[in-house]
Amino acid sequence: MSDFSSGLWHWYITIPTLLGIAGCSWLLWTMGKHRATDPDQSIAGTEAVKSTGHVWDEDLRELNNPLPRWWVGLFVISIVFSLGYLVVFPGLGSFRGNAGWTSTGAHQTEVTEAAQQLAPLYARFEGTEIPALQADPKAMGIAERLFLNNCAQCHGSDGRGSKGFPNLADADWLYGGTPEAVIASITQGRGGMMPPMAAAVGSTDDVANVVQYVLSLSGKTTDPAGAKLGAAKFAVCAGCHGADGHGNQAIGAPNLADRTWLYGGSVEAIRHTIEHGRHGVMPAHESKFSSSQIRLLSAYVLGMGQNQ
Amino acid sequence: MIESTAQKGDVIWLYQAAQKIYPRSVSGRFARWRWSMVVLTQLVFYGLPWLAWNDRQAVLFDLGARKFYLFGVVLWPQDFIYLTGLLVMCALALFLFTAVAGRLWCGYACPQTVYTEIFLWIERRFEGDRHARMKLDQGPWNLQKLVRKGSKHLAWSGVALLTGFTFVGYFEPIRELPMEILTLSVSGWTLFWMLFYSVATWGNAGFMREQVCKYMCPYARFQSAMFDRDTLTVTYDQRRGEPRGSRPRTADPAQLNLGSCVDCNLCVQVCPTGIDIRQGLQYECIGCAACVDVCDDVMDRMNYPRGLIRYTSERAISGPLNGPVSGPLTGPAIETARRPSTSTPGNSEIWSHLLRPRTLIYTTILLSIFSLWVAALTVRNPLRVDVIRDRTALARFVEDDWVENVYRLQLMNSDEHPHRYRVSVAGIPGIRVASAAQILVDAASNRSVALRIQVPEATQPGHSMPIEIQITSDDPSRQPVLEKSVFLIPSD
Repeated sequence: MSDFSSGLWHWYITIPTLLGIAGCSWLLWTMGKHRATDPDQSIAGTEAVKSTGHVWDEDLRELNNPLPRWWVGLFVISIVFSLGYLVVFPGLGSFRGNAGWTSTGAHQTEVTEAAQQLAPLYARFEGTEIPALQADPKAMGIAERLFLNNCAQCHGSDGRGSKGFPNLADADWLYGGTPEAVIASITQGRGGMMPPMAAAVGSTDDVANVVQYVLSLSGKTTDPAGAKLGAAKFAVCAGCHGADGHGNQAIGAPNLADRTWLYGGSVEAIRHTIEHGRHGVMPAHESKFSSSQIRLLSAYVLGMGQNQ
Repeated sequence: MIESTAQKGDVIWLYQAAQKIYPRSVSGRFARWRWSMVVLTQLVFYGLPWLAWNDRQAVLFDLGARKFYLFGVVLWPQDFIYLTGLLVMCALALFLFTAVAGRLWCGYACPQTVYTEIFLWIERRFEGDRHARMKLDQGPWNLQKLVRKGSKHLAWSGVALLTGFTFVGYFEPIRELPMEILTLSVSGWTLFWMLFYSVATWGNAGFMREQVCKYMCPYARFQSAMFDRDTLTVTYDQRRGEPRGSRPRTADPAQLNLGSCVDCNLCVQVCPTGIDIRQGLQYECIGCAACVDVCDDVMDRMNYPRGLIRYTSERAISGPLNGPVSGPLTGPAIETARRPSTSTPGNSEIWSHLLRPRTLIYTTILLSIFSLWVAALTVRNPLRVDVIRDRTALARFVEDDWVENVYRLQLMNSDEHPHRYRVSVAGIPGIRVASAAQILVDAASNRSVALRIQVPEATQPGHSMPIEIQITSDDPSRQPVLEKSVFLIPSD
C-alpha cells in the first residue's frame, strides 16, 4: 500500500528524479566538447593552448583544464547505478522495486538474525533449575540487563516498585512467590482488578468504618470503635480478601493484614481504593521473551526477594 | 600536446584520456630521504600490529567491542576527544610543515607517494627504467611482455595483499588471522575488507598514482593556501638557467649566450606528476624534489654549481642578486661559479624568515595542544560514572521513616584490572546510601547497578534537591569521581 495520500505525490517524486538523472546525462554528454568562440592571440605559450577563447570583462579568460576521462567514467557508472537502483529498490514514488525490499522486512530480517545469534547463548539456560540459575553469575548478569531494560521502567531499577507497581524485592507476593507463579506472571501477565465497592459497602460512614477495620488488621487503626462497626461491613470484601483479610493469591487479592500497601496505607488512600477501585496491569511478555529469558528473569526476581 | 592556439570553430575536448607517466628513476639526497621515509613508515605500518602488550595486541582498534587499545591506554567511545585531539595535531603539523617547506607530506610521507615509490621500484625490476617501460608498452604483446607484465602484477599483488592483510590486522587480532585464512574460517567481512584494501593499494599505487594527487586529493589543493613568500618550494632558478640550450661540456655558456640550463629535460622525465618545473610552481607539484636530485647530477657533470633547481623561497629567489651564481653567468663569473659552492644562494634570506608570525603561531598552538593532550591522557581517570535517576518513580516511603529515590549507577572501568568502588552521597542532611556501598567492576568492563538513596522523612520537601554522588576507587592514586543528580521528596 502506498503511503501517499494522493496519487499526485507519486509523480511529484518520480518525474523530478528521472528528469534529474536525464539532465545529468545530457550535461555530461554536451559538456564533453566545446567549440572555440573567439581566437585569443593575446596570450602566449601553454596558456594559449589551454584557452577556450572565452573572455569576459576584458581580460578574464576561461582556460580549459580537461577533466580526466576516468572521472567521466565514474559519472557514467553513477548514472547506470542510479537507474539500476531505482529498478531494484523502491525510490520512484510508490513504485516498490523488483527486489521487494521493505524497511519492515529489513528490520524483521535483523531481528531474526539477532535471535539466531542469541539462541546458542540462551540454549544453555534452557531447562536449568531456578536455584542453579541464581548461582550462575553469568546468568544473573544477563538477567540483570534484561530486567533493567524491560522491567525497571515500572518496577524500578532495584525492583522495589512504587505506588501501584509491586515491590519484587520483598517476601510478599500478590500471586505467589513460587517459580511457577512468577513465570506465569511474566509469561501471561496479570490484571489486578478491584471494583469500586462504595455502593456495596454502604454509606460514607460505613466506608470510613471499613477503612478503620482494614487498618486494624495490621494494628494501625486510629478508631477502634469504627473498626468494630466496619468488621460487619467487611463481609462484602471477604469474598476476595478472605474473612481474615489475608488475601487470595489465586486471584491476586492482596493481604490486608501485613505492612505492604500497593496503593498506600493511609486512611485517605484506603478510602479512595474502596470508593473507586483499583486496576493494575502487568502486560504479558510471551511474545517478547523466549522461555529461557523468562526463566532467567524469574530467577533474578526471586533472588531479589531472597536477599531480604 | 597540441601546440596551437584554439581557433574560432575548433572543437576543444573538455575530457581527456590520462596520459601515462613513466617517471625515470632518480638517486640523490632527497631520493634517499624519501626512501628512508618509505622504510620507516612501512616498518611501523607492517610491524606495529605484531607488537604485544599485557598479553594482548599493543595496537588494536576493536570496533565490535568499541575499545581502542593503544599500548597501555584503552580508549572507550567516551574518550573520542583524544582521537579528535590527535587529528587536530596532525592537521596543525601539516599546516606548520607546509608553511615551512611546502608539500613535505606529499613528497615524502603520504601513503600515495610511499606506495607509488614501492610499486615503481618493483616495476623497474621487471620492466626496466623509463625508456624500457615506454618501449615495452608500445611494443606488441608477446611472451616476453606477458611474462614481464605478469610477474610485475604478481609482485604488486603480493605487496597489495600484505597491505590489505596488515590493515585489517589493526582491527582484528592479527595473530589469529593467518590461521583463519589458512583454515578458510575467516569471516566474510574480514575477507572483504582485506581484498578491498588490497585492490585499493594495487589500483592507487599501480595505476592511479599522480591522478589521485591531481584530481582527488583535497589536501593537495588546500596546502597551497598555506604557502607564503618564505615557504620553501622546489623552484627552478630562472634567472640563472635561462636562456636554456644544449652546449658542449667544455663550452663557455657566456660566449654562447646561454644560462645554466642545458635543456636535458631530465627534470621532466623524473617528475612523478609529469610537469615541467621550469614553468614555475604548479599545483601538480607534490614537492618530491626528484628534479632537484637529477638536476644536481647534471650540474655536477657539467661542472656547474648545484642548485639550479632547489628548495628556496619566493623571497629568496626574487631578491637582489647577492651571489655570483644567481644570474646568467657571464665573463669572470663563470670561473667563480665553477668552484664548488659552499652555500646555496639566498640561504640567509630563507633562514632569516624561518621564524615568522605564521610559523610561530602554528608552533605555539601545536605545542600547547600537544602538552594539553599528553597531560589529559596522563591524568585520565580510568573510571567513568553516569548516574540516571529512575524516571517513572517519583519517590517512595520506606519503613522506619525514610524517603527513598532510586538511581541507575553506570560504572565503566577502562582499566585492565578489576576495581572495587565505594559509593557515598552528600547534599542533604542525613542522606545515606541504602544499597550496597561497595561495587566490584571487572577489568575493562562496565556495570550498571541500582542505587538506592534515602533521606529522613522529616526532611523539608523542596523542589528537586541537588545531591552529589561520590565514587571512590580502591586505587588510591585516582581521584574520586563526583556526579551530580537530584533527589525528589513528594510534598504531601
